[in-house]
Amino acid sequence: MNIDHFKPAIVYTIYIASTPEKVWEALTTAEFSRKYFSGNAVEVDLKIGGAFVVRQPDGSVHISGEVIECVSPRRLTVTFNVNWPALIEKLGPTLVTYEIEPAGDVVKLTLIQSHDRPISDDILSGGRQGWPAILSSLKSLLETGNALVIKMEPPHRMLAALKQMGITTP
Amino acid sequence: MRKPEFVYVTYIETTAEKLWEALTSSEFSRRYWFNTELKTDWKVGSPFALVMDGTTTDVGEVLEFDRPRRLSYTFHHVLSEAARKERPTRVVFNLEPHGKLVKLTLTHEDFEDGSVILDGISKGWPAILSSLKSMLESGTALAIPPSALGIEGFA
Repeated sequence: MNIDHFKPAIVYTIYIASTPEKVWEALTTAEFSRKYFSGNAVEVDLKIGGAFVVRQPDGSVHISGEVIECVSPRRLTVTFNVNWPALIEKLGPTLVTYEIEPAGDVVKLTLIQSHDRPISDDILSGGRQGWPAILSSLKSLLETGNALVIKMEPPHRMLAALKQMGITTP
Repeated sequence: MRKPEFVYVTYIETTAEKLWEALTSSEFSRRYWFNTELKTDWKVGSPFALVMDGTTTDVGEVLEFDRPRRLSYTFHHVLSEAARKERPTRVVFNLEPHGKLVKLTLTHEDFEDGSVILDGISKGWPAILSSLKSMLESGTALAIPPSALGIEGFA
């Protein structure tokens, strides 16, 4: 898949007292992700073209995609498509990149959500709300051993915008 | 097109009071904010300054001090000639209880188009607020080398 025409829409950087290897493991394993990602399990076949899935606690697939870039433990890019009917057709694919860089004795983790077309602020409000919660919790888990319990609903403005575009959400 | 601003949200396992203390006291800010002191009496309308390693980097005025919910001040970077020529920007911290956590939202806004400081503050705040979160949750702020931020002139 050619990703040259994708442009960053959301960038979130967080520094974590950990190692690149542990951050990589937290981002790519079901065991860790269940703790910091509201019970969701990340399952990823770590090779170019490998499957990427986020499974909800009930086992259903919430997000699916494939691995586009995989340089352990520095850079992972996947397509990250929420399984709502008509979403890809209307919004195009979503691309998520994790960059992991050593910063002295800590790690700088940068999340980049990219799209191949302009996406409205209403739609992007979902990612703008979700990523800080997920990554704040991941940081707490790696630093203190305890993830955060962050209860939240999808933003109303995103759900309304999706509905208007004819995208069905649960 | 969104107007130029920088927004950063983080969730911290602490109380709003402790977070407020950390945002307003030099004793704490020195630990998580690259040895920066906050020089102000925090009265609305009073002068405000950030002093890093003894050098004043930013000056402003206290706009809001609504403990422990909302804090804001104007922010004028004074280390470079180009930054001094820009109008002051505005920094706003919102603290909201979220279950047993506190949701901290930083909004840095009112930049001129083509502002020379927007890139730097966009790289600075994530480091400062990540370190603040670590200090409050684990007791230890992060030792982030300034060069890791990628800000020209800050190393």
